[in-house]
Amino acid sequence: MIRYFSSNFSHLILLIGIFIMIIPVWLIFASSTHTASIINTQGLQFFLGDKFLENYTKVLLYEGGFFKEITALKMFLNSFLMATGVAFLSVISSLMTAYVLVYFRVKYATLLFWIIFITILVPLELRIFPTYSVMSTLNLVNSYWGLIIPISASAIATLFFRQFYKTIPDELLESAKLDGANTWRFFIDFLVPLSKTMIVAMFIFMFVFGYNQYLWPILVTSSEQYWTVVMGLKMMSGSIVNKFAFVIMSMIPPVLIIIVLQKYFIKGIFQDK
Amino acid sequence: MSFLELNKVTKIYPNGTKAVHETSMNVENGEFMVFVGPSGCGKSTLLRMIAGLEDITEGNINLDGILINKVDPSERDIAMVFQNYALYPHMNVYNNLAYGLKNRGISKEDIEKKVNEAAKLLQISEYLQRKPSMLSGGQRQRVAMGRAIVRSPKIFLFDEPLSNLDAKLRIQMRLEIKKLQQKVGVTSIFVTHDQVEAMTLADRLAVINNGLIEQLGTPIEIYNNPKSMFVAGFIGSPQMNFLEGELKNKTLTSEGFEINNVTSDFNGPVILGIRPEHMSQTDKGLINLSVDLVEQLGSDNLIYGEIKNKKDFCFRCPGSQIIKKGSKLSLNINDNNYYVFDKSNGNRVN
Repeated sequence: MIRYFSSNFSHLILLIGIFIMIIPVWLIFASSTHTASIINTQGLQFFLGDKFLENYTKVLLYEGGFFKEITALKMFLNSFLMATGVAFLSVISSLMTAYVLVYFRVKYATLLFWIIFITILVPLELRIFPTYSVMSTLNLVNSYWGLIIPISASAIATLFFRQFYKTIPDELLESAKLDGANTWRFFIDFLVPLSKTMIVAMFIFMFVFGYNQYLWPILVTSSEQYWTVVMGLKMMSGSIVNKFAFVIMSMIPPVLIIIVLQKYFIKGIFQDK
Repeated sequence: MSFLELNKVTKIYPNGTKAVHETSMNVENGEFMVFVGPSGCGKSTLLRMIAGLEDITEGNINLDGILINKVDPSERDIAMVFQNYALYPHMNVYNNLAYGLKNRGISKEDIEKKVNEAAKLLQISEYLQRKPSMLSGGQRQRVAMGRAIVRSPKIFLFDEPLSNLDAKLRIQMRLEIKKLQQKVGVTSIFVTHDQVEAMTLADRLAVINNGLIEQLGTPIEIYNNPKSMFVAGFIGSPQMNFLEGELKNKTLTSEGFEINNVTSDFNGPVILGIRPEHMSQTDKGLINLSVDLVEQLGSDNLIYGEIKNKKDFCFRCPGSQIIKKGSKLSLNINDNNYYVFDKSNGNRVN
């Protein structure tokens, strides 16, 4: 009886949590399907209106910026490219860094790792001038690489991969060596498949991180062609319902990537156990 | 020239620990060699040096006429079975067996043929598509052996492969390993701390202590003729009894009895060793034992008791003999089957 009650009670708490998170999103979504005048006179709407198609197509084809060089669709493409680039690069670089730190006979590997790790304390915002100057020297201002590279080294992902590699028994490496695997083969045939689950998790994490970037894209791009969705949220002009529609749409890619990859994520967990 | 030659092989770890002292030995083609010794004696280090997983500090190792000191483990053509099997968790059994062959650039058809042959030999054909996590301990053990066999290497190395199995399975796998080795005929080195495993598997046995080979020989040679107290105590179950004594002019005095005409010119304090199975009951025997404990194993009885100052003296008699706790036994040593060791250094003196 107590068990029944306590399980119901914890469900209740979870439900309350869900409502707290969902209601604002729903309000914006419901409001985005009305006309601007309704929102301006009656405030946020709880029920759906009939202007869904009209508002959303307008936003998608909206041309923004001073020179009208950018559309919402292009912003989504930019954001997607940036987020995928950041996710790919940071996963690959952290995988390899961790491999070197754990398996190569690097002197002071632990010290090196902690030096990498303390870069967490030095976020991009703190080193924005030197980073910008490097990017401009490399002629990467106003380019996708300029958006991606400075934020694609992740100390946290390196930490996760390193800790995971440390749990892999040495016999596996020795056995692989005797089976004729060289350094590269061991990485590709063993470490990458064994850390599949973690790779997917880190990919999701870094994708969302890249997608959410705001300050760096603003600094490194002056051309409107490189506007990202998050920049667009701020820069966009137009009526309130269009802004609402854009907010809702901007949420779709990260949510989608989690839903799509979560399937593999869970599958990975069960297979490797 | 022998198949595998170790010449003054020494291992010193960077922290200065000397794990293996100038060890020299030869292993013949097709031989089953067992390294036995207590944990930390250097037997695994020696094996790992042969495999190439540890650097050799000094000395040479020759395999099949080639100096392999600096040869990469992957090119030594050696297969090893690890204590925890080290199966590849993300590959199914088939790929576990095939991986080493793939790396050697063998064609797909040949790999399939070899894997299937090995699987048949080890009776794991029906598990080929399973992942290691779905196998039992014994099956994993077989896969680990299959991975070694499938490559037909020059030499098999076994690093305590049976210690993770339960007692019954261990005996069964022991038998299978021996049969398999005889069938395949590959030179093998087997490391264990279990002296029964060592005795049953070995063609020849190396008893290792503190990084040194104490004695090398066939199991029965070592059992009958241990060169030192350490070997005598390590080989044989239950353990040999050791009694303190004094040897003077071929007469040994110990714990209330005397042995005359000892075949030794040594004079001084000694340790007398008597195996539990080398004694029998008589009316007026040498040794008087007051029984404290009787272990009935069915086929045998192990009698533990006290003689003068020595506690837990063990005597083994047939299981049909009924001996009660608290009774007094009179024992004689059969056929002068006793061993005398110099007390100061443990060397055999008779």
